[in-house]
Amino acid sequence: MSASILTVDDSPSLRMAIRIALTGAGYAVTEACDGLDGLSKSRTAKFDLIITDQNMPNMDGLSMIRELRSDPSQCGTPIIFLTTESEESMKQQAKAAGATGWLVKPFVPDQLIRVARKVLGR
Amino acid sequence: MSANDPAAAFLTEAGELLDGVEQALLDLDHRLDDRDLIDTVFRGLHTLKGSGAMFGFEQLASFTHHCETAFDRVRKQLTPASRDLVAVVLAAQDHMRTLLEDSSDDTVAAGAAILEQLRGVMDRASEVTERASPPQNGWHLNFWLPVEAMANGTNPLVLLDELRALGECRVTALTDRVPPLDELAATDWHIGWSVELRGDISRGDIDDVFIFVSDDMELHLQSLSGTDKPGAIEVENEPAAGGDQRVKAANDGGPTTGKTADTVRVPAERLDLLMDRVGELVIVQSRLSQLAQGGTGAATPTLHSISEDIERLAGELRDTMMVLRMVPVASLFGRFRRLVHDLARDTGKSIELVTEGETTEVDKTVIERLADPLIHLIRNSCDHGLEGAGEREAAGKPPTGQIKLSARQAGGEVIIDIRDDGRGIDLERVRAKAEAQELVAPGQTLSDHDTLQLIFHPGFSTAQQVTSLSGRGVGMDVVKRTMESLRGTIDVASVAGRGSTISLRIPLTLAIIDGLLIRVGTARYVIPLSAVEECIELSTDEDRRSEGRSLITLRDQLVPFMRLRELFASQTSPDLHQKIVIISTGAERVGLVVDQIIGSHQTVIKPMSPVHGDVTIFAGATILGDGSVALILDVAQLLSLGQQQEERLRAVA
Repeated sequence: MSASILTVDDSPSLRMAIRIALTGAGYAVTEACDGLDGLSKSRTAKFDLIITDQNMPNMDGLSMIRELRSDPSQCGTPIIFLTTESEESMKQQAKAAGATGWLVKPFVPDQLIRVARKVLGR
Repeated sequence: MSANDPAAAFLTEAGELLDGVEQALLDLDHRLDDRDLIDTVFRGLHTLKGSGAMFGFEQLASFTHHCETAFDRVRKQLTPASRDLVAVVLAAQDHMRTLLEDSSDDTVAAGAAILEQLRGVMDRASEVTERASPPQNGWHLNFWLPVEAMANGTNPLVLLDELRALGECRVTALTDRVPPLDELAATDWHIGWSVELRGDISRGDIDDVFIFVSDDMELHLQSLSGTDKPGAIEVENEPAAGGDQRVKAANDGGPTTGKTADTVRVPAERLDLLMDRVGELVIVQSRLSQLAQGGTGAATPTLHSISEDIERLAGELRDTMMVLRMVPVASLFGRFRRLVHDLARDTGKSIELVTEGETTEVDKTVIERLADPLIHLIRNSCDHGLEGAGEREAAGKPPTGQIKLSARQAGGEVIIDIRDDGRGIDLERVRAKAEAQELVAPGQTLSDHDTLQLIFHPGFSTAQQVTSLSGRGVGMDVVKRTMESLRGTIDVASVAGRGSTISLRIPLTLAIIDGLLIRVGTARYVIPLSAVEECIELSTDEDRRSEGRSLITLRDQLVPFMRLRELFASQTSPDLHQKIVIISTGAERVGLVVDQIIGSHQTVIKPMSPVHGDVTIFAGATILGDGSVALILDVAQLLSLGQQQEERLRAVA
């Protein structure tokens, strides 16, 4: 069975770009439009990987990661944090919050897929 | 531009990235070993490639990839930067601009030649230095992941699989740190691994595997090859700098797009739209204040105070709006560095461009229309003004010629100077040329200043032959006309052997002008105040005398004048005391007879509709406080009309 991935981003265009790349690589993709949406979706289904942006309405990425990590059912779920180069400190905060890895924007589809493979092992 | 169209946003971003790359390349041309510049170029190219691929510009991405690779080698000091390389990549970034607009097969094919050149440059350079990287026979590594690694989503087995994928691998678990059972938490990770990894594996390959955990893990690395000191163990308790830098390089975001909240990018047309609305608001406000002061019974003190508040707010809003449209001239000056670089190469001269006052701000529409005249003037300076190195040294000057571009603000105007330290304008030759063209009678005395003015005459050129740089039909007359259409002026000064200076004076904005409001018959018109020289009364006697001649004597000079009543076919009878408004741009003067001068009036210009596009005598329209429309007279058109009239009169006389 293909790995299922939840992507959390408030930009429809970026969500679309990510979905196209990941489905092209054979992953099943579910989309959420902000941190709150991401949280509620992660409670209704178990995902193999969660990819999240930081700046979003309602709940940002860091807050969502903290919420996820405080939930025992999400223990060990890999979370990839999308960041820009200028947010070096943000990357450290994400790691401290419990992110598994990060990807610096802008990225090409190949980089995204490589990171997904790296974290998922498939 | 749709707010959600990533490709359109990318086009804007790519343009800026390329500008940045171009500037850095031009700087690099003088400072080949400046690492910051090399990094800037690399980052720009890298982002362009990455984002290009992300938004479907495949051709751009694959073309840029080659240049990025070249600069990556320079960055890693595998290949030295050279002026040849800079020249090729400059050409390449021009090609990238083309690819952004047109990625048809023809364009792509044109890029192949550039890549071929790039390959040549890189091949020649790489002969110089090729850092020998010792072949690695393998590594021995012991590592412990952070305790919380697994809870946070890192799967140790995946990491081991990645190591296995690198080469022949023998893995042993290190269990000595596992605590007793009653202290064991299910989610914590205590097992370490000892791995013997054989094959040609670089340090970077291993860093890549641990990229996400390298900051907090414990890693002991030992090379199996004989080239390293036997038994040397690298202990890494600190963040693995090597690994981290590689990530950054691979995912580099280019010029810092951080501090996102400081500036907002807005399409120019939206600003124009806003300007339009503000203009209308000012008009409505003006009607409101007339109503409030009207005293027709409807006006109450409350209405009066509201009207005053709105007047103040509308005024402030208009001032703020004007500032929004202002951009620093740096964006304009930046383009000329490339131009001068290319001109220096084409002419074989050594030329340095110095810029000053780049933070001076001018209305965006003005900036755009200044580009062409400035290109022409800079070309002139490079081509005619500056001498070759030999001639300069013979004249006791430094071999490198200098062109200085400076901007400064003075009141409501911006003054831009283009100064070169070349040979100056040869007055004798200008004079001779003017006589040959019968612009000046032989023997006629002319001041130096007036002689210099001759170069603005249509068709005038002192170039002995047409070169690829100048003399292509765009003369100083065109520059002068462009300046006039911007309601600006141009002046030239020159010292033989020392160089020449061209000064441009331009109003800060085109959207609002100070105008003189006049009345002809029942209609009102606006004359741009910058062109108004003086206002005089047309006495009844003089009016009668001048009938049919349309010339008045103004301080011993004959000035032609036009009766706007006749021009506009006004049906009403003229006022008893008609006035003449003398308008001029430098040497040319024309009088306009009007019925009444109402006063100065700050005016928001609205362009004429396309239907009225051929009515050249008006530059636009404005709406007055009472809601009626006043047309704005086009000074340049009126002047040339006046000149024609004068010539006709002289011919008759």
